[in-house]
Amino acid sequence: MNTRREQLVGVLFALPWILGFTIFLAYPLVTSFYYSFTSFSVLRPPHWIGTSNYRELIKDDVFHQSLKNTLTYAAASVPLATVFAILLAMLLNTKAKGMAFYRTIFYIPSLVPMVALGVLWLWIFNGHYGLLNEGLGKVGLPTPPWLTDPAWTKWTLVLISVWGTGNAMVIYLAGLQDVPQSLYEAAEIDGAKAIGKTWHVTIPMISPVILFNVIMGLIGAMQTFALPYVMFPGGQPARSTYFFSMYLYDTAFQFQRMGYASAMGWVMFAITLSLTLIALKLSSKHVHYEGG
Amino acid sequence: MNTAVAQRLAALAIVTAGLFAWVGSERAASRQTGSQRVVVTYWEKWTGDEMQAMKHIVDSFNASQSRIEVRYLSISGIADKTLLATSGGNPPDLAGLWGDQVVQFADAGALAPLDDLASKAGLSESTYKPAYWNEMTYKGHLYAFPSSPGTSALYVNRALMPPEYNSAEKFPKTLSEFEKFISKVSKKNNSGGLETAAFMPRDGFGSGSWPYLFGGDFQNGNEIEVNSATDLKAWEWVHSFAKRFGVRETQSFRSGFGNYSSPQNPFLSGKLATMMDGPWFSNYIRLYNPKTDWFVVPFPYPDGHPELAGYTVLNLNTLMIPKGAKHKSEAFEFIRYVQRQDNMERLCTEQFCNSPLSKVSEKFLNTHPNKAIRVFDELARSPRARGPVQVGIWNQISQEMGNAVDLMDVGGVEPKVALDKAQERLEDEWSKYREQVLNQ
Repeated sequence: MNTRREQLVGVLFALPWILGFTIFLAYPLVTSFYYSFTSFSVLRPPHWIGTSNYRELIKDDVFHQSLKNTLTYAAASVPLATVFAILLAMLLNTKAKGMAFYRTIFYIPSLVPMVALGVLWLWIFNGHYGLLNEGLGKVGLPTPPWLTDPAWTKWTLVLISVWGTGNAMVIYLAGLQDVPQSLYEAAEIDGAKAIGKTWHVTIPMISPVILFNVIMGLIGAMQTFALPYVMFPGGQPARSTYFFSMYLYDTAFQFQRMGYASAMGWVMFAITLSLTLIALKLSSKHVHYEGG
Repeated sequence: MNTAVAQRLAALAIVTAGLFAWVGSERAASRQTGSQRVVVTYWEKWTGDEMQAMKHIVDSFNASQSRIEVRYLSISGIADKTLLATSGGNPPDLAGLWGDQVVQFADAGALAPLDDLASKAGLSESTYKPAYWNEMTYKGHLYAFPSSPGTSALYVNRALMPPEYNSAEKFPKTLSEFEKFISKVSKKNNSGGLETAAFMPRDGFGSGSWPYLFGGDFQNGNEIEVNSATDLKAWEWVHSFAKRFGVRETQSFRSGFGNYSSPQNPFLSGKLATMMDGPWFSNYIRLYNPKTDWFVVPFPYPDGHPELAGYTVLNLNTLMIPKGAKHKSEAFEFIRYVQRQDNMERLCTEQFCNSPLSKVSEKFLNTHPNKAIRVFDELARSPRARGPVQVGIWNQISQEMGNAVDLMDVGGVEPKVALDKAQERLEDEWSKYREQVLNQ
């Protein structure tokens, strides 16, 4: 078969994906960028208004609040979930009996649908009947109104974020199993104890995996939607849980301001991209790749 | 893999993609059944009991004639999907949206006016209770018809009432009497926490519409106004409950409320002695705590203002025909069928609702599963019955007012400051809406 025919066959094979990508991703991306410069109520043709939507965002208090909520949540949940997932992966990397069973058990929570999870957590964090406050009360600790006090609501969601670390945990586990045993042996000969081996061997060796998970976690946290949407309708109380994506959804579908929502989407894209680039830049000295 | 196999696989992939595209592009609203009936696609939000009730009407309509077949589709997120389908030029023939969406959808040009069809069918203002008719019409045009409506009234748990309040006749009629009632009925436990609250204005149906109780509004002429003296009075009254019971205690107490449709509903679990709700709530009582002994009363009115008695907040499920629907006249045939008194009363009975029609049969009132249906029916006729204001930013108003009361209750912000802030934001929203939607 000549090269040209081979290319044609290759393109034909890739065609379903190319079509899907073009129709469902590239086209909406390009049009949403255009819509971000228009006033567009979905049902009427878009009307060009220049940079008006972007200028409005600068003055929009709710936009600022939702951005602050989202960044606070990301800043708290990503490190917490990272530490928790690494610790869990290290525990599940030991040579204990029945480890396959434990790995499955700890992975299962990340398979639970977000809406079901939201309802479940509403019960656990319920101020009066909740399992958590029941336990805290029993040991004489304060029992905060997790779901109704603006000072606590975001932290409730941060705590819940730890629940879904199963996916990251599996990736860390794979990374841990890739660390050469010889390095641990060398560290032992040099007199390293468990903490020393973890700090000087394990963490540097899985640093590319940590970077990957942190970036994915960051992107996920910036887009968090389902859980607060189910647990705190409208971002209540006092918009303390009103996240960026919730405001974007309301703007597009409740308020029918698709142009403004598109501008919000692009601003979010720019922020997430910037944070990712910063993370990559900051990590360059701390992430070690095998082979240089 | 040899060339021939590769080419065949590639061709198969293209044919499969083509098939998906062909099937996917079949227009939802232009199908014909084998018997050549015109198929009317009907999108509705309900599932469960409410869906079954409407399906009975649909089945009965389909059996009543041989020209049209209505196909009921239960759709989640119906407003978003109707919006997008209409925008894409492929809307359902009939959409069961909420009454508060009439204005927003009409402003966006998404609804077909139904004046001519209604007029030919003999359906007019006099067919309906005035408050519902007002909600269906906008800027002189009729855009929707009711399916099942509701009105709000106060449910009272008799078991939690002292003898002086244990019947509708003895229940407080004015707000000052109601204040005494709240002090008397609310109870604290041994550790000083709230055990039972007589009433919480932020829970139950219509909890965002309290300005109407005091004669206030969200609008002044063509302008949005949420911080008038009357509005302030209303929201201060709402905020007074958090002050009365204690901000922290109220938070803690309300955080113990379970889901609306569950035995942990605060009224059904005995945490709230009274709660505003619609006629459908008796179905939830039947399902989740049938032993509850309850009665219903109109909400007390402000002292010295008997003209403000009869306060109630409307709920309206509607049938609308989106613009671009392929079978408008056939869809309207079904609407007309639903509007027949016998069918409407059957639907409203099975959905535990009051009737939107001005004429209501004694049979409906006597056999309705909600024993207090006469109270709801009378309230629906009240000149004080109010639905959402007819502006396209009602969603923004609701959200902003919820936030304002949150700021008062848990944020320590003075009511006047919170309302002024809401006013400022809503003025801005309204100005943009006028500029970008109404004047476009």
